[in-house]
Amino acid sequence: MAQPLNFVLSVPETPEDHGQEPSPYDESDVHDSFHQLIQEQSRWVAEEGLELQEQERGAGAPQTTGSGRPVPLGPEDAGAHSTATLRILASMPSRTIGRSRGAIISQYYNRTVQLRRRVSRPELRGVGRSARPSLRLYDLELDPAALEEEEKRLLLVKELQGLTVAQRDHMLRAMPLGLAEKRCLREESQTPSGKQRGRPGRRGLLPCCGRLRDACVLALHGLGLGLLSGLLALMPWRYALKRIGGRFGSSVLSYFLFLKTLLAFNALLLLPLLAFLVGVQAAFPPPASPGSAPSFTGLELLTGGGSFNHTVLYYGYYSNSTLNRPCALPPEGQCGREADTLPYNMPLAYLFTVGVSFFITCITLVYSMSCSFGESYRVGSASGVHAVTVFCSWDHKVTQRRASRLQCDNIRTHLKELLAERQRRQGPRSACGRLRQVAVLGLVWLLCLGTTVGCTVAVYAFSELMIKSSVSADQEGALLALPVVVCLLNLGAPYLFRCLAALERQDSPVLEVYLAICRNLIFKMAILGILCYHWLGRRVGTLKNQCWENFVGQELYRLTVLDFIFVLLDTLFGELVWRLISEKKLKRREKPEFDIAGNVLELIYGQTLTWLGVLFCPLLPAVQIIKLLLIFYVKKTSLMANCQAPRRPWLASHMSTVFVSLLCFPSFLGAAVFLCYAVWQVKPSSTCGPFRTLDTMYEAGKVWVRHLEAAGPRVSWLPWVHRYLVENTFPVYLVSALLLAVIYLNIQVVKGQRRVICLLKEQISNEGEDKVFLINRLHSVYERKERSRVGRSQEAERLVDDPDAW
Amino acid sequence: MGNKQTVFTHEQLEAYQDNPFRQRIAQVFSEDGDGHMTLDNFLDMFSVMSEMAPRDLKAYYAFKIYDFNNDGYICEWDLEQTVTKLTQGELSAEEVSLVCEKVLDEADGDHDGRLSLEDFQNMILRAPDFLSTFHIRI
Repeated sequence: MAQPLNFVLSVPETPEDHGQEPSPYDESDVHDSFHQLIQEQSRWVAEEGLELQEQERGAGAPQTTGSGRPVPLGPEDAGAHSTATLRILASMPSRTIGRSRGAIISQYYNRTVQLRRRVSRPELRGVGRSARPSLRLYDLELDPAALEEEEKRLLLVKELQGLTVAQRDHMLRAMPLGLAEKRCLREESQTPSGKQRGRPGRRGLLPCCGRLRDACVLALHGLGLGLLSGLLALMPWRYALKRIGGRFGSSVLSYFLFLKTLLAFNALLLLPLLAFLVGVQAAFPPPASPGSAPSFTGLELLTGGGSFNHTVLYYGYYSNSTLNRPCALPPEGQCGREADTLPYNMPLAYLFTVGVSFFITCITLVYSMSCSFGESYRVGSASGVHAVTVFCSWDHKVTQRRASRLQCDNIRTHLKELLAERQRRQGPRSACGRLRQVAVLGLVWLLCLGTTVGCTVAVYAFSELMIKSSVSADQEGALLALPVVVCLLNLGAPYLFRCLAALERQDSPVLEVYLAICRNLIFKMAILGILCYHWLGRRVGTLKNQCWENFVGQELYRLTVLDFIFVLLDTLFGELVWRLISEKKLKRREKPEFDIAGNVLELIYGQTLTWLGVLFCPLLPAVQIIKLLLIFYVKKTSLMANCQAPRRPWLASHMSTVFVSLLCFPSFLGAAVFLCYAVWQVKPSSTCGPFRTLDTMYEAGKVWVRHLEAAGPRVSWLPWVHRYLVENTFPVYLVSALLLAVIYLNIQVVKGQRRVICLLKEQISNEGEDKVFLINRLHSVYERKERSRVGRSQEAERLVDDPDAW
Repeated sequence: MGNKQTVFTHEQLEAYQDNPFRQRIAQVFSEDGDGHMTLDNFLDMFSVMSEMAPRDLKAYYAFKIYDFNNDGYICEWDLEQTVTKLTQGELSAEEVSLVCEKVLDEADGDHDGRLSLEDFQNMILRAPDFLSTFHIRI
């Protein structure tokens, strides 16, 4: 500890005296002054002991809160006595928010310097004695030189010039300054440093070239900005989404944003298929099959068969040979023109294109899932549900009066529920009540799973019936029976589950939503699973000499189209008719709520169908795109006319993460498993399609590799890669083991971070208590000084008034 | 504001004025703090409330909006004002003070009885919805 110096703290006794005020900027002075104060304090405590403690207790008692935490005397309590204290408190470095522009500029200068030099703390040696343990060498905020704001700005600009463009933009975007100032800073920091190094000899030529170059750069920049704003204006449905967000809030908007995301995924899937499969095969049509092709009747749009059978829509149309092959021997010079054409191996192209588009979809899905997961999950975060509700729940997007009033009601209800939950949790729960609740939960789950199993068995039985009563070619309408049954079950099951869930009476509404999603998802996946078995397990066997892939493709087409029709019917009856009934017959003013979870699960189900069918019907993503576009407009119209926002609070961001994860895990993974099984294990039909002569679809790749091996040593690395890395199972095990190790290490890192966060929270809490202790001491010191000064002046007055006292 | 006309009738403007924090937003973004915004202030406001503004910038301005007495901290009085405005005065005084106490329990890191900017930013980190609710679509 430093020795006490003969330093007298010049405490200003009048509020107007600014001169010798000790400010924390004079770090060493403050350090010693605090030390001085503490020494004086301990002396007084030793002298007066109890009196001081009693005073503090008396002063401190009314301000402590119910939790017993010491609270600093607020400005209103201090009174005129400790204006000096107030001034010291007002210039505390932690008062970041009340700062001037100069202070903000200094703060961002420091951050830019830290970013550039990539150190957060300078070395300890070579730095003079400083008060704070956290040394801030580059700290412009506490710089005793106290530069003018203009100089600080120049320093900041210089530092910004040293950053890369992306870092500079990121730093500028985060600054809480006005737009005009940020624009000035950006323009100034974009001055290329090369200009300063221009040689003086070429000064005559330089301005002219420089101006031309600048003009070109500015023109390009302007063009880029114009294109960007044009692109933003072209973004589909911007106005519609704005209206939906304004009337219904972020929760309902999340459904429509999810729909937009699915459109993007389908477009991404369709592009390679169009370019490498459909386009090429359409340009080189196979020889016409014998017999007349059936004419187009309207039923094809529903059943997908008939005249659609021999089009580029289905697998069976694609040829199994190399297209555009140059002629082997030129008979009379007819093939002379085609000497330099490009042969196109269709089976290989089919396999690779479907594989690559699935791979791209997988990467995109996993990336978007990890992004949204990273947004909503934080390490070491405790639940702060009250704070989040108070500060983050008002949706500023909502502009309509009725909708904002509804939002107010929702927030109020949510706060009341939170308070009630606290009280209920504090109350004792009887064992009987808990047992009853567990029993009811178990019963409802049993009923739901039973319904699922029952519906699955029903679909299986019906499909077997369809196989037995084999349908002839002119009774295509009867083929719609199975898809209609499946869609009816899909429509009815969610309503049944909702009725069963009403028995449960859950405490937490969020848990209710999760349970509903879970049950619906299990049901839909079970139905899809049994259908996949029916196609790959049974239909392949029964359609031995026919094109079973075309049949499966048509089934999926039928399911997609009928799903769309049933969505329309559900919207019509579930929303429009229900609203009419409740308004006219039941005379209720409430409109039906928009069921977000149910609708999103419908979208996920439709997307799963598309992914299942891509291998057998390459244009199915196009059908899905048209379907999604129509669903958007239908749902939007119905929403605006018939529905109201959900009453329950909806965690939009968590739900978006959940939806994208559900899209990735059961949906895409299931489709990928189905695809892998179809490619690796199932024998393709021998009468149609690009793989008709092979044992499995994957063999096309193997055949090609063997061709390459025979081709010569120039491409020998590819067969080598294929033999040792793809066909061999050892690399797969190795890669899996490495991935598991990486995952385990990441888990350990996260655990360590959590521990560090706990320690830091404790440290913050301790620092806060220290600060409060010091502020209270400071108050009592100044109060004592003021009292003694008042006492002395009163004494002096009394002596002046009463000269006889001398 | 979504319409193609440039002059708004009083009824139309009333329909857009149901944000309980509208006065605070205007005060925070105006230059002299009294709610009169110039074009630059207006642009600043929409820039901060747009989709691309970073989280810390939004948290900074949200903190200023909720700091009703402009003292650099969100104290209990500020919290009471916020909750009252949010629920349009329909919660009882006891419920309001209970909610404020819970908020301080959850968010106050250094236990000084009020929220500093760092406490607020730390709390915002745990709320992924903040970016989508503190957002005005243009």
